Amino acid sequence: MEPYTSLNLIREDLKSGKITCCELVEYYLKNIEDHKYLNAFLEVYTEEAQETAKKVDVKIKEGTAGPLAGLVVSIKDVLCHLDHGLQASSKILEGFQSQFNGTAVQRLIDADAIIIGRTNCDEFAMGSSNENSAFGPVLNAIDNERVPGGSSGGAAVSVQADMCLVALGSDTGGSVRQPAAFCGVIGLKPTYSRISRHGLMAYASSFDCIGLLAKNVDSIAATLEVIAGKDDYDSTVSQKPVPHYSQNLTPDSEYKIAYIRETMEAEGINEEVKAKTVEAIEKLKSNGHQVDAVDFPLLDYLLATYYILTTAEASSNLSRYDGVKYGFRSPHTHDLESMYKKSRSEGFGHEVKTRIMLGTFVLSASYYDAYYTKAQKVRRMIRDETKKILSKYDFIVLPTSPTTAFKLGEHSEDPLEMYLADLFTVQSSVSGLPTISIPNGKDNGGLPIGLQIVSDDFQEEKILAFSNYLINLN
Amino acid sequence: MNIDKDLLNKIAHLARLEFDESTAEEMMADMTKILTWVEKLNELDTDNVEPLTTMSHEVNVLREDEVKPHLSHERALKNAPKKDSDYFRVPKVLE
Repeated sequence: MEPYTSLNLIREDLKSGKITCCELVEYYLKNIEDHKYLNAFLEVYTEEAQETAKKVDVKIKEGTAGPLAGLVVSIKDVLCHLDHGLQASSKILEGFQSQFNGTAVQRLIDADAIIIGRTNCDEFAMGSSNENSAFGPVLNAIDNERVPGGSSGGAAVSVQADMCLVALGSDTGGSVRQPAAFCGVIGLKPTYSRISRHGLMAYASSFDCIGLLAKNVDSIAATLEVIAGKDDYDSTVSQKPVPHYSQNLTPDSEYKIAYIRETMEAEGINEEVKAKTVEAIEKLKSNGHQVDAVDFPLLDYLLATYYILTTAEASSNLSRYDGVKYGFRSPHTHDLESMYKKSRSEGFGHEVKTRIMLGTFVLSASYYDAYYTKAQKVRRMIRDETKKILSKYDFIVLPTSPTTAFKLGEHSEDPLEMYLADLFTVQSSVSGLPTISIPNGKDNGGLPIGLQIVSDDFQEEKILAFSNYLINLN
Repeated sequence: MNIDKDLLNKIAHLARLEFDESTAEEMMADMTKILTWVEKLNELDTDNVEPLTTMSHEVNVLREDEVKPHLSHERALKNAPKKDSDYFRVPKVLE
């Protein structure tokens, strides 16, 4: 079987009888088996996927198949899937099984998508390399000595190595977009509140978004229109109607695009990444679009704002892992307090503990205003400034990451070095804006480079149409 | 911000975590480094800025309050590290 990248094409071939869902599933299962060493999957649902494929094939014949019939999808180990394991790649949730389906997962199932397995990630989605996993790192399929990015590293590799068509990940500060860039695939973080967070394990609730990865825009559009939208189980989710993204991928003839001067002058930006970004800008100009440099002096304050707020929210969200109701309980306990402390200290990994400690610090009575409130104020400034640019332009374009995929262990010593990998992705996360990362060529070593496209709130339709156009622009 | 041993222990207690001799040093160093780095925000004048406290575009859209089946006892207790037929079990709290 030839590799598929487009759900449209799969649908056509299913309709004409050229392929069946059963064959598709076998194809992906073989790829998963052949690429086991990449460590992208924590669990593969072989028999279940085969069973579902049979049922969907029958439905296709009867003409009763749902809108995602033919879609084989992987889900990141942070999404609740009834009676399936769920650990956020953490030891503290050893043996945990979901008691319900999260909304996005339920909607996939209801639309006849086939869930093939759950993917490895950084523990509790905290990391930029997928090295903070209790199940070991994921390897980049292009160069096995390099990381796939994180935290949705397994999700990105599952798409990269053709082990499924679409992957669901989660993006708090770039966790879908940065691994998409490192692996040469597309990654979309929708507008905050576009997709229900019910059944998405909470890391930083005012940032967390379910995101999608694939090699082709139409596959992302078709999946997004199924899983997005209002939900009784998330009071923060947007009630706005969901457009038919997959039917509206026709681009406008002319766009106004901004790029941020400071991103191109940022310390630590790799020359080849910069050159490819300039190339994309020139290509847009020569095709009749207006592209202007704009100033965004708050660039230097993005990461600090992001880390204060997300660690604060994480310290609160992760207080539920206490060894009482589920997961790991330390055997070395003698009273209630030591049960909490030992279970948490033995169950969480180093990076998670660091972030809980930082978050607890910034929320503690003596430091709350100086750190937490201060960061909330800067968050408003960042969002206002970014939206001001987007009131004059259709999009902001910027590199996804300052570098290409780095080597395993390269940034493990200094946490700040690792945090810098998120320099260009956190602006949209702090502002809640929708952003996609699309492939933008490769460096001299053959490693993929990503380009982000940011729009104003709820303009996923516009982003997808433009991305489709830009990817095909030669 | 310098995180010393006393402050580390205080924060660790609030977070219900603990660090032994070998891990405390690294945690103090990492926290001190990261907190010093985030203090960059003090360069910005935020006197007349209201903190941004919610990112939702619509506030508190609540569903109808209808009686529905909830998580069963059995399912709720399924993942418990220690339980009896009705309850989660924890070490004795009251003597």
